[in-house]
Amino acid sequence: MQDKSRTPRVGLFATCLVDALRPNIGFSALELLRAAGCDVAIPKAQTCCGQPAYNSGDDANARKLARQVIEIFEDFDYLVAPSGSCALMIRSYPELFSHDSALADRARKLAARTYELLSFLVDVRGFRPVGVSCKASATYHDTCSGLRGLGVKAAPRELLAAIDGLEMRPLEGEETCCGFGGTFCMKYSEISDAIVAEKTANIQATGADLLLGGDLGCLINMAGKLRRSGSATRVFHAAELLAGRAIHAIGEETP
Amino acid sequence: MNAPSPPPEDFRARAKRALGDRNLKIALDRTTGNARTKRAAAVAAWPAFDRAREAAAAIKDHALQNFPYYLERFERNALASGAKVHWARDAKEACAAVIAICREAQAKTVTRSKSMLGEEIGLPHALAEAGLRRVETDLAEHIIQLAGETPSHIIWPAAHRTREDVAKLFAKHHRDHLLLTEIEAMVASARQELRDDFFAAEVGISGANFLVAETGAICTITNEGNAELTTTPPRVHIVTAGIEKIVATTEHALQLTRVLVRSATGADLTQYTTFHCGPKREGDRDGPEEFHIVLVDHGRTQMLEEMPEMLRCVRCGACLNHCVVYTKIGGHAYGGAYPGPMGAALTPVFDGLMETRDLPHACTMNGLCKQVCPVDIPLPTLLRDWRAKSFRRGFEPRALKLALALWAFVASKPALYRAALAVALPLMRRLGNNGWIAKLPFAPGWTNTRDFPSPAKRSFLAQVRSGEKKVGSGEKK
Repeated sequence: MQDKSRTPRVGLFATCLVDALRPNIGFSALELLRAAGCDVAIPKAQTCCGQPAYNSGDDANARKLARQVIEIFEDFDYLVAPSGSCALMIRSYPELFSHDSALADRARKLAARTYELLSFLVDVRGFRPVGVSCKASATYHDTCSGLRGLGVKAAPRELLAAIDGLEMRPLEGEETCCGFGGTFCMKYSEISDAIVAEKTANIQATGADLLLGGDLGCLINMAGKLRRSGSATRVFHAAELLAGRAIHAIGEETP
Repeated sequence: MNAPSPPPEDFRARAKRALGDRNLKIALDRTTGNARTKRAAAVAAWPAFDRAREAAAAIKDHALQNFPYYLERFERNALASGAKVHWARDAKEACAAVIAICREAQAKTVTRSKSMLGEEIGLPHALAEAGLRRVETDLAEHIIQLAGETPSHIIWPAAHRTREDVAKLFAKHHRDHLLLTEIEAMVASARQELRDDFFAAEVGISGANFLVAETGAICTITNEGNAELTTTPPRVHIVTAGIEKIVATTEHALQLTRVLVRSATGADLTQYTTFHCGPKREGDRDGPEEFHIVLVDHGRTQMLEEMPEMLRCVRCGACLNHCVVYTKIGGHAYGGAYPGPMGAALTPVFDGLMETRDLPHACTMNGLCKQVCPVDIPLPTLLRDWRAKSFRRGFEPRALKLALALWAFVASKPALYRAALAVALPLMRRLGNNGWIAKLPFAPGWTNTRDFPSPAKRSFLAQVRSGEKKVGSGEKK
């Protein structure tokens, strides 16, 4: 049952994208959560939050995966994910079980303890990185699910302000969607491309060395467009910088 | 100016064509960019906006929760004021009611001030079929009437046209045939062009922004004064309005106006806020002799059951101006009377979900439309609900259903999922070069215009498992 000791037990939900594409974000999250005084576990049965099914209208399969996440994570004090999008999906689980009060109740309890990583570090743990430096200029894109779904706006900026040598530059349209939208970017790839082209033009106009954000889906969309348009802007998840693990940017060959 | 071509058959084709239209992009950026800047300034200048927005949603909800009561009250008071009230269940009945009144009035020329409900029920087409000469008096509607088009925005129907386009259109069609460059001169030219028709028309048709139950009045809010010239000089005034326009009181209408106008144009008020209450009375100097109100259901009673929040919509256009999809493809790509997020939520009601299932899917779910909505309509939720309905009814492509089923099967078996990743990741890496994949066979949509980063050699969980990081598994006993 739930441990009520001072050290919170956090279940780290890596998200399927981080798991498959960029483990460095998972390790960064792990180190940050530990530095913030959490007892972190990484349940090995975790896969995906079910969002691709949910956003496609496939409620039955979304429910199947939601149930799995609930079973794996409900005994932790917190579920933390390095993604606003997946955290918002988990916060939305209760509405998937409106016909099943027992599961709806468990979904509500989990939703109440589910956080996006950066806001968890600041709002729940009052954490700031110590002794991290990065001599570079950077700009920040607010990913939509975190920003409008979970109200994550100040937390990443407060954390990044504690990095020594990092110069933050304002991004025109920082709250405008990058055009990723999960399955949207595949189904309507031409519209998605028109949206991300405007986004990356704004990013390039900042002249910043780095683009940072809190959701890997959006980050690979923007990074992939920047790369295709010949930009040298390097793209990281904010957690990688905060954990001092920003060595190889997205698309830079990792060992 | 080319004659309008019939729209290509599906959303994707229309969107693709719009994306390739550079002129459209210029027009959309100007109009929506301006609208966003002005709205933001108006909201910032009024600290009570958020509270007014909550109150506005509550005002609409109150009217909708007491729908029959307020509609009947409106009808009673409207009849008492001398108005004639007609009820129409659908678009066909609504158009038939309007045409019958026009015939009765022996009308030849009908002036019309902008009404999206009119577009929704296909009134322009119905008037033409009935042999009536229709004169659009709203400046933007005048523009698109000259161009033979349909509106592409619910506030600025000609949002897809640049002022340079309009100058050419006026030079070709206006009697003065002048190629003008100044907006004031173009407006003056249109005013001159329309002047005679304002007074020649036997019937004037308008919409309504509000139906006020306590007085039986209808309220229009406009900027050009064309609505007053459409509704006052002709002998007969016909109002067409969706029944969701009902509000309990005049005060409620005015409260809604405060958030509606700021959200639409960034102004505090429109130039004209007019309450029309019945026909000309004895002693009145002007006004129509007959005043007809056509109340249209057209799916609204069904919406009250299925998505009541959508009936709050006050048609301000803020969700269009802030939508990353609308601002790229414009209104015509949506293929219905209403474009953008609110159009994507409404059009399946009018035109059928099967035919319009692309609309709720062509959305990134970024939530900005809900944030800027002056009556807090949860548009992303409504669009997701349409997706779920479409999935349940079997309208989604078989390939997608199979892919989702396969993926969910694997993702719900963690051991299988881990094994599949262990095989897939190295295979996928072989497609890459220097950390990037330029061509993904299963996602050409992505790699046609973007690179895709090579995945990790081994997944995060595989690396964690093999003890590269010692952490607990946190598993249940």
